[in-house]
Amino acid sequence: MAILNNNPQLNKHGELQHLITIEGLKKAHIDHILDTASSFVGISDREVKKVPLMRGKSVFNLFFENSTRTRTTFEIASKRLSADVINLNIQASSTTKGESLLDTIDNLAAMHADMFVVRHSQSGAPYMIAQHLNRTRSDVHVVNAGDGRHAHPTQGLLDMYTIRHYKKDFTNLRVAIVGDILHSRVARSDIHALTTLGVPEVRAIGPHTLLPGGLDQMGVRTFTNMDEGLKDVDVIIMLRLQNERMSGALLPSAQEYFKSYGLTPERLVLAKPDAIVMHPGPMNRGVEIDSAVADGSQAVILPQVTFGIAVRMAVMSILAGTHA
Amino acid sequence: MNIHIKNGRVIDPAHGIDAVQDLFIADGKIVAGGADFNAEQTIDANGLVVAPGLVDLSARLREPGYEYKATLESELQAAMQGGVTSLVCPPDTDPVLDEPGLVEMLKHRARIVDAANVHPLGALTVGLKGKALTEMAELTEAGCVGFAQAEEPILDTNVMLRAMQYAKTFGYTVWLRPQDPHIGIGGVAHSGPLASRLGLSGVPVMSETIALHTIFELMRATGARVHLCRISSAAGLELIRAAKKEGLPVSADVGVHHLHMTDADIGFFDSNARLTPPLRSARDRDAIRAALLDGTVDAVCSDHTPVDDDEKLLPFGEASPGATGLELLLSLTLKWAQEQHGGDSAATSPVLAQAIGKLTHEAARIAGLAAGTLAVGAAADVVLFDPDARWLVESRALASQGKHTPFLGYELAGQVRTTIVRGRVAYQRQDQH
Repeated sequence: MAILNNNPQLNKHGELQHLITIEGLKKAHIDHILDTASSFVGISDREVKKVPLMRGKSVFNLFFENSTRTRTTFEIASKRLSADVINLNIQASSTTKGESLLDTIDNLAAMHADMFVVRHSQSGAPYMIAQHLNRTRSDVHVVNAGDGRHAHPTQGLLDMYTIRHYKKDFTNLRVAIVGDILHSRVARSDIHALTTLGVPEVRAIGPHTLLPGGLDQMGVRTFTNMDEGLKDVDVIIMLRLQNERMSGALLPSAQEYFKSYGLTPERLVLAKPDAIVMHPGPMNRGVEIDSAVADGSQAVILPQVTFGIAVRMAVMSILAGTHA
Repeated sequence: MNIHIKNGRVIDPAHGIDAVQDLFIADGKIVAGGADFNAEQTIDANGLVVAPGLVDLSARLREPGYEYKATLESELQAAMQGGVTSLVCPPDTDPVLDEPGLVEMLKHRARIVDAANVHPLGALTVGLKGKALTEMAELTEAGCVGFAQAEEPILDTNVMLRAMQYAKTFGYTVWLRPQDPHIGIGGVAHSGPLASRLGLSGVPVMSETIALHTIFELMRATGARVHLCRISSAAGLELIRAAKKEGLPVSADVGVHHLHMTDADIGFFDSNARLTPPLRSARDRDAIRAALLDGTVDAVCSDHTPVDDDEKLLPFGEASPGATGLELLLSLTLKWAQEQHGGDSAATSPVLAQAIGKLTHEAARIAGLAAGTLAVGAAADVVLFDPDARWLVESRALASQGKHTPFLGYELAGQVRTTIVRGRVAYQRQDQH
């Protein structure tokens, strides 16, 4: 049966109602978001860093899983659009009182929320919320800020913005994603975005314990040897290795991981001379990336953060319908 | 009550009967009838199939302990609407069915409700914890028809060995769902491209096959009889085929959902398709359909598992697994029969009798029940159904308290008209058209 039936993030005109995943979006959707973001990049350099596009709108940051960084970038993006922002750290409040996820959503929707930015440890939770709101409050929008291992679409989009900024054309690129693909929602969103935008070769590099099955069906070439995988690539996306994965049944130690899969200056020369190095942050220096690379001339890790604000402004303003 | 069922198409697979003929019931039993039969009730079964009442090898009634999900009354009514006259219930209740008193209580409650015959499985180990053996002889005396671990795998292979030796001593059947106690534990979907894409933790096929290898080796060592529950994979079926060829005393069932659905039916995280074991690939599904035909799979069960809304309206990974099934078992098995010959009706399928056999005498044989046939002298457990009448799977059509099924919104063929248990009309569909 078709997976993309009844795609809940699109309205009946095929426009974005929610942003849950990059999978199933058309290239035109992604281009529209990236073009809109580029019009916002300049705003952050102005003395008055605000546009009134979402004045009077209320954005609720619902973080069922902790994340200071992502929450802050959404908060800044909302404020630069002149929206009112309410931050809720849910694991500390209602769910411990036994309130169900959808009850929480109904209550907040009754407070006239216009948009929910949702992070959840379970894959599919933002989808479930969006589906519920489609039935009950079709004027409320959901932005997925990361769900389990499933998707982190705004991170994927800001990665695409960064690649487009430095490489212009997607259709002649080799892109390598390195590290814990198995547990990474960023990797999944990047893979869907890259293949949708026409990147001819997407590679995943990691040990077998961190590579999920079925990557070839997603159009990805897998490599277990870092040196082979990096050969002649234009873009390197390093993934964060979570602390809890560093020693145990998946990997013996952080040191051994760095030896096999750490991005060092010696390895970086295997890529194209003008290759860029990306990382969604926060970095583990000396685990997945050497400081000399992280601080080197090919790293675009801080520009990613800057572009991330503009991309999130673009997503929110497009969803709010205030940017047509 | 003396009942005369006229003009029905009587199908009794145990005796190779498939013919339009009359059926007579007296004193709770099938009788030969004849000219001097004095019928107190006559049922015209013209256009209907008259078959042995269905025997379901797995239906969770949720009593004791989970009455908020379902009660004996609601679920036995569902059984009647589904034409199920005997059902086997797994021991994963709260408390677990590991003491004779609990089994007696359950049997007693079922007798009061007076619908389907309820046959509990006792826990193989105390509390299903995989450490100490239960009093299997006492539990059998209380009414248990076999011993199972439900969804709790035994970590200690030595305990598994002892349990099988002990069961063999008394000739009891051990019912096991093959799952490795480590690999795939905590997984929520078939390990494959869909789980990878959706970011769901996977249950690999080897969870089933590794466990099967262990079980077969223990069977060779102990000679115990094992019934394998809810086989989900092509590779697992291949191993069972070989074990049967080898002559091991093994039988196997599949859940009826796995005859039709695959992991792709999870779609966008549809928690109604969250089942244990998980729905697997189309290749696995096709192998299950073929194995039912060639006899590798002996029986189809509903794997009826009522789950309440609060436990399903959750993100996929947090939602309780399971689907309602008692009322879909017949229709979904008929759907398989119909699809086997590509015709538009199960009634004309050459495997209709075989399909009914998987739901009746074959299932009864596995559970050691005197049920599943229409032979003279057998208990008069009978179902009358219209193989072509279509119905819409929706909440209000279901008597079960469990309203969740991945088939919600489907139109299925096969509707039960009358269910007779021990010679009594226990269910009669009202809105006949």
